[in-house]
Amino acid sequence: MTKNRRTVLRAAFVLAAAALATTVRAQEQVNVICSVQADWCNMIQTVFAKSTGIKVNMSLKGSGEALAQLIAEKANPKTDVWFGGTGDPHLQAAENDLTVAYQSASLPQLHAWAQQQARQSGYRTVGIYSGPLGFGYNTELVTKKKLAVPRSWADLLKPEYKGEIQVANPASSGTAYTMVATLVQLMGEDKAFEYMKGLHKNIGQYTRSGTGPIKAVARGETAVSISFVHDGPGEKLQGFPVETVTPAEGTGAEIGSMSIVKGARNMAAAKKFYEWALTPQAQQFGAATKQFQLPSNRATPVDPRVPDFKKIRFIDYDYAKYGSSAERKRLISRWEKDVNSLPR
Amino acid sequence: MTAARHVGIDRDRRVVAGWLVFGTAAFILLPWYLAAGDDATGMLQAIRHGRPWLLSAAIGFGVAFAGLLATTRRRQGLGLAAGAGLALVVLLGSGFAIGADQPGIGLGGALTLLALLMLLGAGSARLGAFRGDLFTACAVVLCSALLLLFVALPVAKALSGAFLDEAGHASLAALAERIGNERTWGLGCLAGGVRCGVAWNTLFLALLTATGTTLLGTLIALVAERGDARLKKPLNLLALLPIITPPFVVGLGLILLFGRAGIVNQLLESAFGITPTRWFYGLFGVWLAQLFAFTPIAFMIVRGVVAGISPSLEEAAQTLRADRRKAFFTVTLPLLKPGLYNAFLVGFIESIADFGNPIIVGGQFSVLSTDVFFAIVGAQYDQGRAASLALILSAFALAVFWAQQRLLGKANFTTLTGKGDGGLPTRLPPGLQRLCLAAVLPWLAFTVVVYVFAFVGGFVQTWGRDYTPTLRHFITAFDIQRGNTDVGGGWLFAGTAWNSLFTTLKLAAAAAPVCAGLGLLIAWLIARTEFRGRGLFEFGALLAFAIPGTVLGVSYILAFNVPPFELTGTGLVIVVCFVFRNLPVGVRAGSAAFRQIDRSLDEASTMLRAHTSQTLRRVVLPLLRPALAAALVYCFVRSMTTVSAVVFLVTAENELATTYIIGRVGNGDYGVALAYCTVLIVLMSLAVALIQRLVGERALGRRTVVLAAT
Repeated sequence: MTKNRRTVLRAAFVLAAAALATTVRAQEQVNVICSVQADWCNMIQTVFAKSTGIKVNMSLKGSGEALAQLIAEKANPKTDVWFGGTGDPHLQAAENDLTVAYQSASLPQLHAWAQQQARQSGYRTVGIYSGPLGFGYNTELVTKKKLAVPRSWADLLKPEYKGEIQVANPASSGTAYTMVATLVQLMGEDKAFEYMKGLHKNIGQYTRSGTGPIKAVARGETAVSISFVHDGPGEKLQGFPVETVTPAEGTGAEIGSMSIVKGARNMAAAKKFYEWALTPQAQQFGAATKQFQLPSNRATPVDPRVPDFKKIRFIDYDYAKYGSSAERKRLISRWEKDVNSLPR
Repeated sequence: MTAARHVGIDRDRRVVAGWLVFGTAAFILLPWYLAAGDDATGMLQAIRHGRPWLLSAAIGFGVAFAGLLATTRRRQGLGLAAGAGLALVVLLGSGFAIGADQPGIGLGGALTLLALLMLLGAGSARLGAFRGDLFTACAVVLCSALLLLFVALPVAKALSGAFLDEAGHASLAALAERIGNERTWGLGCLAGGVRCGVAWNTLFLALLTATGTTLLGTLIALVAERGDARLKKPLNLLALLPIITPPFVVGLGLILLFGRAGIVNQLLESAFGITPTRWFYGLFGVWLAQLFAFTPIAFMIVRGVVAGISPSLEEAAQTLRADRRKAFFTVTLPLLKPGLYNAFLVGFIESIADFGNPIIVGGQFSVLSTDVFFAIVGAQYDQGRAASLALILSAFALAVFWAQQRLLGKANFTTLTGKGDGGLPTRLPPGLQRLCLAAVLPWLAFTVVVYVFAFVGGFVQTWGRDYTPTLRHFITAFDIQRGNTDVGGGWLFAGTAWNSLFTTLKLAAAAAPVCAGLGLLIAWLIARTEFRGRGLFEFGALLAFAIPGTVLGVSYILAFNVPPFELTGTGLVIVVCFVFRNLPVGVRAGSAAFRQIDRSLDEASTMLRAHTSQTLRRVVLPLLRPALAAALVYCFVRSMTTVSAVVFLVTAENELATTYIIGRVGNGDYGVALAYCTVLIVLMSLAVALIQRLVGERALGRRTVVLAAT
């Protein structure tokens, strides 16, 4: 019988220990997925928590991963706000009813492109920064190989660049898809595909991630990349010989966006965060952490290292059309079929 | 005999009664749900909070109790099984049917379910299943339930996406289109075209890698165990290094060596004027990186088997005038078979599930795991395609698994018997010894070179650019400051990496024993018991390994984001993911070991009236020490270095070392990333040494040379 008692005692002990382990906590908080650079995310987290007393649970994820997570969590969302990352996945989230419509009072203070992003999504997302698409090149390698610095899309077709250009694969990277959409809008679809077939001959590698090519440029793995120009200064600050240019014919840009998740558990705190992120004060932290995109609030002081948008020729990028899933799928599969299947 | 049996039944009964009390107490005393502000126990929820279906637990325990009091075995069994089974069906059925409109199951619910499972096992044993053995029955029921919940359910949820077309309707045409297309199965490269389908790429790479790692691993194992004794220690240490290395370090090191701007190409250019190209990127680079990463696993598997081969068999061969060479090829090598096949299987599966190496050095050579990843997180979110590709991956794993079963079959590899063995391990034949050394020494040198690169990276300003020595990266990550003495003084962990480091250590340490224990238990069930559906059971235990990490991560969100089992956002889901992702290694290590241990040892113990759990603890476990150590070490380090499976599971509070490092690499901040890797490698080496110290070597009755001399 003592064995019986011991069994019961053991069970009771385990239960008591387990009961003690359950604790409850309560403090206002907001769960944010942050798709910009880590230092930037950390600064936002600290400053917002200090100035409002709301705890920010921040997880860092690329925009593709963030969208995949929101879709997977759809039935029972654990995220409140999705901050940053290319606009297309935000538009896709809006299209899939993953985010809620919310019209901020500070919308009129924003640049036209940021407001347009909001309008086109039915106010389910809003632009928080923008950066142009362009070329990055390795100054040492260009000199060594006696290459001219590419100044236009047309330049990239020159035979001297054969095997020296890297761009990401549009099927896996939003950056590369922005390039496809830009070229289609710039030249017309059929001409754009003719152009990309020509470009294909000069491409050394289609990388998978959008930032891959500029890193390859930095480390001398390739001479030229097609990337967002705001990715350049970061590499340069690390001491790599990288410079960027924007093409003369005109170029597209990404609109980094922010959305509130549908069914957010901390809706009030989420809105507070959202409003705060649109203020000029909050938008300075990009430049403060060496990220040189153009902030969307017109009142934000602009760092001199941010590329001057007035000097860049932009095309009138139709984010609604080229951000939709159907158009994206169609263009990508045409690219796979017409361009990527060709020999080089 | 009847007396013994009676004692056994009495003891069984006490155990069952214990579980009954435990379950009832959990139901009455502990909060059923895990929800802030709702700590009502199961009993209260059922009576007061309008959830009467929870009463089925009480009814189940009642029926089981009645069964326990019954006089015949059959009635006892019926009562236990029916009561527990009914309660489980009602509780789980209602839980899944209600879904998101309830809180997730908490401690009370979980423990009640556990007790019910145990009672179900006990009931089936009483009814004569599993030869009436209580321990076996409960172990099978528990392991099956865990595999169903944490492997089958999420994987089925994720893979079912393959059968849905874009509108979300079930469609076989969509599946056929996704699986059968040219991009997956094209054979263009054979006909001089641009590329082959990803499926062929994956298969080809996996075969190359598995062959390479098995061969190299075996050679190293032979040198370590039977060759030069001086090499044993360094080999054991260096072989461990690649496993305790976070996944991309090897890839990056190789790029710095062989990349276009890498040292090898620069030397070739200055010496022979060969223009640097990107020749390294592609199949060859991935193969080299995988060889480097997975050879140690093959080594660990084969080493355990080599050590276990009874020397007296080889001595017998030599007594019969076989020379060392002949003895090796006709006795030793055939006895190595379970190790070789297991090493091949694990190498193959590691290769097809590998994500880090193909993504870093693959260039345009795509494999299924990377394509799956980009189908999910790429520019076109296409879960259907991801699921279809994952389905192909699982099919490959299944095929190799099946082939391995066929090859190994029912052959007998037992060499550890109850009889003491006084043989001395035979040294390798001289020719083979030279061959082994010719393969092993360059590999060791290569390892050292790549690691020197990786370590240096953490101590210089910018890797690949500015080689000024600095400790800056370590300070960023692991700064410790003297805290303000006004607020209690003490040390303050000011570095940005501390948080993720502590979390990772905690979660990995929690996962490793569970993973190793469960793995060995499953291996024991597979090797020593007979029951229907055993093959399926074995495959289930292996499945989580073959599924690409990203798919597993997403499937965990799909399955565990909604009640009744709502785990996402907690550390627990990460621990569970660690355990079931790495479970196959524990199972494999255990299976190979069990094939060598003579069943008569178990039987002798049973004859001496030990019950099953005693036999396991006193006889089997001590003989399994190398396997246990391998499983523990492997589960721990794999948990520390998992990336793709947990990317979707980490939260702000539970950031892991790997996700922190990946973030840094994403920023091009290699210095901090490599500094962190250095710290991780040192920490994990300590942990590995500690585990091996605690678990110890298996003490086999073998003479050592030194002993023989005295």
